[in-house]
Amino acid sequence: MKTLMSGNEAVARGAWEAGVRFASAYPGTPSTEILENMATYREVRSQWSVNEKTALEAALGASLGGVRTLCAMKHVGLNVAADPLFSSSYTGVNAGLVIVTADDPGCHSSQNEQDNRYYAQAAKLPLIEPSDSQEALDFTRMAFELSEEYDTPVLLRVTTRIAHGKSPVTTSERTEATAPAYERTMTKHVLVPAVARPRHAAVEERLARLQAYAESSPMNRIEWGSTRLGVISGGVAYQYAREVLGGSASYLKLGMSFPFPAALARSFISQVEQVVIIEELEPFLEQTVRALGMGDEHPIVGKSLIPRIGELDSRTVALSLAPALADADGRPAGVAGAPPDSGAFGTAGELDSLLAPGREAEQVVGRPPMFCAGCPHRGVFYELGKLPVMVSGDIGCYALGATPPFSAIDTCIDMGASITAGLGFQTALDILRPDKPARTIAVIGDSTFFHSGMTGLLDAAYNGVGVITIILDNRITAMTGHQENPGSGFTLSGTPAREAQLEALVRALGIELVQTVDPFGLAQVREAIAVAMGSPCPSVIIARGPCALLKRLAVRRPACQVDQDTCRKCKACLRVACPALYVEGENVQIDAETCAGCGVCSQVCRFGAIKQAGAAEGGEE
Amino acid sequence: MMSDTTNVMLVGVGGQGTILASRVLAQLPLDAGLDVKMSEVHGMAQRGGSVTTHVRFGQRVAAPTISPGQAHFVLAFECMEAARHAHYLREDGVIVANTRRIPSLPILIGRETYPDDIESRLAARGADAHWLDASGVAADLGNVRAENTVLLGAFSTFLAFPEDAWTQALRTVIPAKHIELNLAAFAAGRRLTQR
Repeated sequence: MKTLMSGNEAVARGAWEAGVRFASAYPGTPSTEILENMATYREVRSQWSVNEKTALEAALGASLGGVRTLCAMKHVGLNVAADPLFSSSYTGVNAGLVIVTADDPGCHSSQNEQDNRYYAQAAKLPLIEPSDSQEALDFTRMAFELSEEYDTPVLLRVTTRIAHGKSPVTTSERTEATAPAYERTMTKHVLVPAVARPRHAAVEERLARLQAYAESSPMNRIEWGSTRLGVISGGVAYQYAREVLGGSASYLKLGMSFPFPAALARSFISQVEQVVIIEELEPFLEQTVRALGMGDEHPIVGKSLIPRIGELDSRTVALSLAPALADADGRPAGVAGAPPDSGAFGTAGELDSLLAPGREAEQVVGRPPMFCAGCPHRGVFYELGKLPVMVSGDIGCYALGATPPFSAIDTCIDMGASITAGLGFQTALDILRPDKPARTIAVIGDSTFFHSGMTGLLDAAYNGVGVITIILDNRITAMTGHQENPGSGFTLSGTPAREAQLEALVRALGIELVQTVDPFGLAQVREAIAVAMGSPCPSVIIARGPCALLKRLAVRRPACQVDQDTCRKCKACLRVACPALYVEGENVQIDAETCAGCGVCSQVCRFGAIKQAGAAEGGEE
Repeated sequence: MMSDTTNVMLVGVGGQGTILASRVLAQLPLDAGLDVKMSEVHGMAQRGGSVTTHVRFGQRVAAPTISPGQAHFVLAFECMEAARHAHYLREDGVIVANTRRIPSLPILIGRETYPDDIESRLAARGADAHWLDASGVAADLGNVRAENTVLLGAFSTFLAFPEDAWTQALRTVIPAKHIELNLAAFAAGRRLTQR
């Protein structure tokens, strides 16, 4: 009986089947559901770590301690965890350790579209790339075997379409793994220079053995179709290639793409007339194939046709390949040369239909994401938008404060960068305009602050740089879909946890001016910012109000209403960009179903025309 | 030679239940022993942005997503989203669309107005469009949030799966406490398009 699973569910299932007993991660799209699913298996101790570095270090420690361990993160999270990643290659493992990187081609919800396959190459770790949910499950299981057999962490890479794409999966039962005995091994686990030098040699020797394995690994296979065209591909790109070309090509399908199975590739290339390498983002496979000199004897194309920017889809692949496949008579060569019923798919692929002239998209008004009704961030960004300050932003829902009508954020760089980049900007202002004091305000969410904002704040306090930090404490990691964090009071498995105290924490870091405000009270927010601006020291404002979607804390007050007689039709209230407020003819109306009664719009109205049902007065002044 | 894959795109606004509807739809071919792939994107899309899911099923499905010009059906939960994704339809594709209008951010802040001509623009494209008031039907049943299942019911008559296969899929995917409302919503939707 097959079940429909996302790649993320399948990775978790595969890890569970492999006998995993510890799993750690920091949430990040598109990786988040791996640990959320892991947490449903009671045999596994699963935890949200504070960031990806702590997650991977904990994972490596658990592996050395003797339990099979899974560690998951999004692609940019691996940047944060890069330090332990490179070290883990040298220490090797004790029990199996699999590290999942979830890349995001197309930047669906990321600040870049880096290709993390290069991390495997740089850290000298085997790289595994499933191309559907069944492979995600099977390859994860195999990755644990590989990890223990070759004494190496394994990097398993999924991309958004694999992570969030669902396909049928056949599951198996869990096999408990025997815990290897732990032995203190200074020559392997204590990476001082005298140990690291010989470990580098061991890593190179391991790579050579892994390459021999890759040549005959069941994860790498040739699928024969027409030999007029040979496709080298892996991951989701293989699926697009299969869709486009069907049985009109042969495929070298790589599930383990590093170390590269050079002999297998050489043999494949020698048996086909023309080679095309189809991969998303960077020419990772292509560079390897060319470096091995395979392109010298055979016509090989890759990124000269296939875009390296953005996500692929079937049509993009078809349009990219068309020029190379056209015969003299203009017929696509791959299709013309195909036997009528070849390959596992039994068809010649969708090339012809995908090449049909595209129809123009209708131009309609855009629908960008926006702050929810009752969002605690709205009022803060409304106030920040009015100030002549530089606002250093961070990663979270509140990055929406950069978009109109707020337009209240100058930068958004990476997790935790708001405070440190703000510190730098403040320093530049201090250097360039010592006579004209100007201020920088950093905005950062609670989870992001715990992730990597704390160190930056310590930096500001220590160096005495007067950056003002607003911690938007909405009591949850909201952006990725409500994951618990050290401030939320619960663990991943839902058990009560010791709650980190932000006020005490920032004071301990050396911040003397600490103010806590209700972000739904605009006057409070304004006053606190004014007080902070009045001090030359680094200071912190904690804007504490629960995420509107957080059922256990969010308070739904009576909806607001516009008194049309008092209303002057100035539409100033629309500047809070609330989904509950809409224009009908000349009037602004409030949709009672959508309104959360937060009252921010009523405080923006200078005429007191917006009132909460049951409240005596609108207006704050 | 064309493949036998059926491509359905579900488009709407965050919070309308497009993903749940996609899960029901994807369950049908799975129960029928077919291959199926479903693709959805989480993240920023949930904050009131456009949400699209792709469901593909047949003997053997390769790509997880539907390319422009490949969709046999676009199931639109919102009027403007129907237009935004019309170019995904094949020449002979069918669009089943909810008439509900949900203003987006540029409209809410008064910089744009909601277009009045969506239905005629789709007609001018030659799209085989079937418009229905799924939200109204759901509201009559007592909960506008059931609009997704009303729409699914209306769409169900365009596919070959028998009605009991749909109800089974609904029972598999929808939590028990909501199943009665959803079965009623499905039946009401189905009546809208039954020929």
